[in-house]
Amino acid sequence: MKAAVELGPYVTLILVGFLPNEVWRLLGLVLARGLDEGSELVVWSRAVATATLAGVIAKLILFSTGELAGIPLSIRLGAAACAFVGYMIAKRSVFAGVAAGEVALLVGGYFFAP
Amino acid sequence: MPDFLPSSQSSAVAAFFDGLRSAVMSVFFLVLAGTYIGMGALTHSVDLSPLWLALSTVLVWAAPAQLILISSFGTGGTLIEVAIAVTLSAMRLFPMVVALLPLVRRPDSRMRDLVLPAHFTAVSMWVESLRLLPLVPSERRLAFCNGLSSGYMGSAVIFGCIGYYLAAGLPALLSGALLFLTPMSFFISTVNNARLLVDRLSLMLGLVIAPLLAFWALPLDLLWTGIVGGTAAYAFNRMREAAQ
Repeated sequence: MKAAVELGPYVTLILVGFLPNEVWRLLGLVLARGLDEGSELVVWSRAVATATLAGVIAKLILFSTGELAGIPLSIRLGAAACAFVGYMIAKRSVFAGVAAGEVALLVGGYFFAP
Repeated sequence: MPDFLPSSQSSAVAAFFDGLRSAVMSVFFLVLAGTYIGMGALTHSVDLSPLWLALSTVLVWAAPAQLILISSFGTGGTLIEVAIAVTLSAMRLFPMVVALLPLVRRPDSRMRDLVLPAHFTAVSMWVESLRLLPLVPSERRLAFCNGLSSGYMGSAVIFGCIGYYLAAGLPALLSGALLFLTPMSFFISTVNNARLLVDRLSLMLGLVIAPLLAFWALPLDLLWTGIVGGTAAYAFNRMREAAQ
């Protein structure tokens, strides 16, 4: 992020991290009265938020940075699939899912990575 | 507590510590630990400092937004692009605040008493607050909620630092596994939260659309992922409801 380098990490944190994030909490605080959880606007914004978050997850797995990039893509994808299967087998346990994914990544990375 | 404190004051303090304890005992404590250990490792990989991470945890206090922000230092993107992606990821906080504040608010509450719970609103805290607050007497809910949130935020700051220094000293494979914690804990807890059809569709569409847009190097890929995937899921759900 060239512009971030020019501004410095702390100004960047305030301008593109804190402010665009906090504005929704303040809006919620000010406009809290009247809107109910099941209203169409609320359902739509939750759908957009979920899809955005899913996009972040997919990009982190596919276009990894740092040391994770050194582990082959096929192993990262396989580990994500193991996490999902582990989660389902363990009766929807988030811990079991995350643990299964991590173990699969470590085993795959140890035995099959170049 | 010293004896001279009025009982109401000491029990507000007690409610705060009850909240703190609930945070440490909850399922989300471990998810948060995993997420922020991963976040610390990610921070290390893009050459930001642990102080920067701690400050971003206190100020932003939303893992998806922090994730977008931190990874943008590594993968690039213009400031406006990152700001839009952050604000889109934060939209979900709006309905959460709207649903939470009526639980905390009392007829005599001042606006400034509610600023802190609004700032503390994030997925983990919100889920636990909605579960636990109805069990707390209404005059103690504010203190309880602030205690719960402080417990989560404090442990996130600590685990972020732990992840940062772990990543600095570990062999490459283990650092890679730490970095993998963030997408994994988000992935599985999002799957876990997606119980409604519209949420499941949004999740699946987001997972498919984002890589395609990123592969074609489209600008604002996360923005379009959210709007296209979310709106398609919402519209499909509406049509299905209308057909029934």
